[in-house]
Amino acid sequence: MVALLDVKNFQAAYGSTKVLFGIDFAVQESGISTILGANGAGKTTALRAVCGMLNTAGSVTFDGGRIDDMATEEIVRKGIAHVPEGRGTFASLSVEDNLTLGAYIRKDRDQVTSDFERVYDYFPVLRERRLQQAGTLSGGEQQMLAIARALMLKPRLMLLDEPSFGLAPLVVQDLFGILRQVNKNEGVSMLLVEQEANLALDLADQAYLLETGKVVISGAADDIKGDDSVRQAYLGY
Amino acid sequence: MDLFVQQFVGGLATGGIYASLALALVMIHRATELINFAQGEMAMFSTYIAWTLINVGMPYWAAFFLTIIVSFAVGVLVERVVIRPVEKAPLLTIIVVFIGLLLTFNSLAGWIWTYTIKPFSSPFPDRPFGLFADITVRMHDAGAILVTLLVLILVYLFFRFTPLGLAMRGAALNPESSRLVGIRVGWMLALGWGLAAAIGSVAGMMVAPITFLDPNMMAFVLLYAFAGALLGGINSPGGAVVGGFMVGVLENMAGTYVPFIGNELKLTLALLLIIAVVIFRPSGLFGKPVVVRV
Repeated sequence: MVALLDVKNFQAAYGSTKVLFGIDFAVQESGISTILGANGAGKTTALRAVCGMLNTAGSVTFDGGRIDDMATEEIVRKGIAHVPEGRGTFASLSVEDNLTLGAYIRKDRDQVTSDFERVYDYFPVLRERRLQQAGTLSGGEQQMLAIARALMLKPRLMLLDEPSFGLAPLVVQDLFGILRQVNKNEGVSMLLVEQEANLALDLADQAYLLETGKVVISGAADDIKGDDSVRQAYLGY
Repeated sequence: MDLFVQQFVGGLATGGIYASLALALVMIHRATELINFAQGEMAMFSTYIAWTLINVGMPYWAAFFLTIIVSFAVGVLVERVVIRPVEKAPLLTIIVVFIGLLLTFNSLAGWIWTYTIKPFSSPFPDRPFGLFADITVRMHDAGAILVTLLVLILVYLFFRFTPLGLAMRGAALNPESSRLVGIRVGWMLALGWGLAAAIGSVAGMMVAPITFLDPNMMAFVLLYAFAGALLGGINSPGGAVVGGFMVGVLENMAGTYVPFIGNELKLTLALLLIIAVVIFRPSGLFGKPVVVRV
């Protein structure tokens, strides 16, 4: 089976500081993969590098075509939506304008109108706040907005950078429930970076454990979850 | 009363020109945090293009619209060819590039059209325009106000209600997130330069019948526009427009009613205003910080 996203011997650096030392990972069509690891392991870098936001070496194949030498905006146009760390909403624009920008590259304007309803159904609170400045939303609402904006792109693959970060446990439960629904209902593949290993392993089918820029363990999420020694050594619970 | 209304309307007319140019400055500033010192010279150059078109026999309004289109293209070209290579350069480098642009356009205009002052025709008839009762203003003043208001409204509608306008605002606010929704940020910047140049060209064509046409005609206009942009708020397009109008009226009023200012010291007023704003209210009258909750 050919993976939707296939990353091989991937290296990335900030200036002269190398962060990723040749890692391999993949996301299956309609699958969810997760990259786990401690602070500074290179998780965020891996996501940003897939999106062409820093200099890389190695190969990134998406839907059968190489994307590793493409500009960020062109990679996005292939159907990859990145929900960045810190959420990256347009703070001074309204919720609705944020979502409109999410659908910027789409040509099917009629479909976009009904997609507003689709994402508002996932996140009813955004419907209530649609005219409010995005910067005035609470942390959880901003995370929802960031995911909603990514959904407006009608992506085939979503890259999620620590969606649980800084949110109350109940909100996180909700959010992961919605991600599961999106994956089930719409077949959107996901690459999830998380520190909350147990949550991520529940959601994902594939998992990669990253330690200082190298993949130390990879395999089916259930296997890793079931392996006590791995859990204690690397995941700390 | 008569004199007051005339000076007020005259102030609004030049104020509208400052407002347009201030808006052009703010547009580039919002995207790049920089003031394009060459904005005035680019407008001057556009006005010469209009003058040439009219001189070869083109009807005024045809020349007017063609000039806007050509100016837009020149603006895009300048961004792509001159600004883009130094985009990530240190601040001082970019400022030097701006000054270089200013000098280039200035000397180019002098070289092509000479430094001799030329009259520039107004599209509006040279007769008074009855405002109300027996108070009249110059037809060109009334017309220039109308034209600038139209331009400002069009620009507002474009940014507020079109997807491209929204994308341009997004690219200025948050380039990284814009790339992540697929906006080609580089092109948005170029479009911004084109739009600013097009707005500037209207300002140039409206001010030239008052100041006459010469390569240095925009130097003081740019200073007033800058004062207007600062007064209104350098990060607020609406504020810059209001600021531009205020500076125009203020300039005329001070020149008329404060004896020692007269015509000679009017420019000093702009400088004083700039310094006062920077000291007492750096964000300007309408520039407001964005509220962010984390």
